[in-house]
Amino acid sequence: MDQLEKLESESIFIIREAYQKYKKIAMLWSIGKDSTVLLHLARKAFYGHCPIPLVHIDTTYKIPEMIAYRDKIAQEWNLKLVVGSNDQALQNGMGPDKGRLTCCNALKTEGLQQVMAQYEFQGLLMGIRRDEEGSRGKERYFSPRNADFEWNYKEQPPELWNQFQTEFPEGTHVRVHPLLHWTELNVWQYILRENIPIIDLYFAKNGRRYRSLGCAPCTTPITSEAITIEEIIEELKNTNVTERSGRAQDQVDAYAMQKLRVRGYM
Amino acid sequence: MSELKIVIVGHVDHGKSTLIGRLLADTGSVPDDRIEAVRRRCVDQGKDMEYAFLLDALEEEQAQGITLDTTRIQFHSAQRNYVIIDAPGHKEFLKNMISGASDADAAFLLIDAEEGVREQTRRHATILKLLGIRQIHVVINKMDLVGYEQAVFEQIVAVCTDALAQVELQALSYIPMAAKHGENILARSAHLDWYQGRTLIETIDTLKAQHPEADAPTRLPVQDIYKFDHRRIVAGRLESGTLQVGDTIVCWPQGTRTRIKSLESWQRNQPLTTLTAGMSVGVTLEDPVFLQRGTVIAREEAPPLVGDHLKVTIYWLGQQPLRAGKRYTIKLTTQETTCEVAAIDHVYDSSDLSTADALDQVPTNFVGEVTLRTKQPLAFDLFTQVAETGRFVILDGFEVSGGGSIVGLADAVNQAKSQREAEPAAPRQVFRKKLKRSIVIEK
Repeated sequence: MDQLEKLESESIFIIREAYQKYKKIAMLWSIGKDSTVLLHLARKAFYGHCPIPLVHIDTTYKIPEMIAYRDKIAQEWNLKLVVGSNDQALQNGMGPDKGRLTCCNALKTEGLQQVMAQYEFQGLLMGIRRDEEGSRGKERYFSPRNADFEWNYKEQPPELWNQFQTEFPEGTHVRVHPLLHWTELNVWQYILRENIPIIDLYFAKNGRRYRSLGCAPCTTPITSEAITIEEIIEELKNTNVTERSGRAQDQVDAYAMQKLRVRGYM
Repeated sequence: MSELKIVIVGHVDHGKSTLIGRLLADTGSVPDDRIEAVRRRCVDQGKDMEYAFLLDALEEEQAQGITLDTTRIQFHSAQRNYVIIDAPGHKEFLKNMISGASDADAAFLLIDAEEGVREQTRRHATILKLLGIRQIHVVINKMDLVGYEQAVFEQIVAVCTDALAQVELQALSYIPMAAKHGENILARSAHLDWYQGRTLIETIDTLKAQHPEADAPTRLPVQDIYKFDHRRIVAGRLESGTLQVGDTIVCWPQGTRTRIKSLESWQRNQPLTTLTAGMSVGVTLEDPVFLQRGTVIAREEAPPLVGDHLKVTIYWLGQQPLRAGKRYTIKLTTQETTCEVAAIDHVYDSSDLSTADALDQVPTNFVGEVTLRTKQPLAFDLFTQVAETGRFVILDGFEVSGGGSIVGLADAVNQAKSQREAEPAAPRQVFRKKLKRSIVIEK
């Protein structure tokens, strides 16, 4: 097995483990490259089927192309899609002008919390990776969140030899992270090899492309001429800049992501 | 080529995260803006550049200057790709250390030249031994604090060699270093000109990946069974050996025999002809035999051991001690059943190896040589023969509280052993045998 096959195989093992352990399980789909790779891996794990419903948290601030792409793929691949949004907060005028972290908490974290409660999901597959940023670097494959949605990063279950702690006290839900050990470069190499359809926003137009996708007001494209997957891979091999440098919420303070993620952010 | 996993272990504050941070920075493995952000943060806090902050990203870790939890980062030398694993050195976080170290191909044991071999140095050595990690190098760090004295280095080498020998380990080399200043990481140190051996990066490039042996016995523990369409796909990860269409297989512990009908795949460029170790696979079988999660598929000629009395070595992490007579859950590959400790033969402290007097429990961070009795018979191997099916975890309630390896069969298992040696039966015969057994039980 080459490196990509090994990564793929490890991820499929984890996806299958989660599907076996949790009756009520969903997969978070942000429309970005990572969660779309996760979706592809699930279809591989289950031989073309995706028996796990997808959840998209729509903040209403998403880049419009993302919604169009989401609906197109959902139809083509016959996916069960749940779209959640924190309507109450939106009615009260929540937006990035109220403070970026406040907005992320309300529209993303609380939006997700509402969907999880409504559908009583016990497990949630997500496409986060260790190399994205420091607090994600400390994550587990099976990572519990308590009834208040909180991540107790100081007391995480041991994971050895692919034996995961899958059962927790009542009220806990488990975030499952099958791509935790992948890098940004691995993701693009895999997209190339597997020919996975990826949203156009990642490819350069007029000298700029999105390297990481989020809400329009808080996401800035990078300077790039890469218009093919091969060119993106070449660009990443030579870059000196972190992946999430264009994500405004990460830069609010030194531990912004840790603070968001402790409260249940993705 | 797939990457090689290296774990850095050692006593708290001996410089593990600093060494990794420096290695990543010097090899250009982290983006400039991430290094710059750390540099700015250190300036704000009135500190020298802390390379450890590249890994110790949590606020508490940076404030206290210690690693709470394990993390891992990919990096590459001119030769190949690596995953480097940071493991906390503090006694409180041993379960995080084991999480990090459990799947490593090689380990670097770090020792502070000023402090020498300490409690966690010894404990981590014991853990490396139990995890079966054999490629071990020792780094004597912070040589700048002892004036780069060769005599200090030699003295620690002697003590460490002895400590490792006590747990039947031997280091492949000892490297003097001043990680904070990058000395002997990539660049040789002018202060350490008495040292003729390899630098850290040269040593890393000598490490060997632990390749699965081609002739290893075939073990496919069933993870799940899918019936999304007309097929009944048996899914799992091939832990060891190979499988092909037409292979005669036996499903353990039941002992049912059938053959592989097809290897399943979806959207693959080339058809699958052989399944190899490590692959997450799906197969269909020729006969509709009874299977469930936990069933172990093996090729006919190399059956696993089957039994419900196992002699094991356990490293205990639980907050409560492992107690004789109490019920626990054992997870071995995808097999899961209730178990209890039937006998405790030997208990010792994982650091100083001192033997405990009482043999009714294994306290936290002690190692126990124990006989386990499982409720259901398990299919397994000795750890030294097939590591993947020879190790397990123990759960106390919900919590993973210990890990261990199977070292032998308890005497009471002779019956199971003979079952293993007996000719595997055809499906119908097994059905009859089961029926007979249940009649016996009813008597």
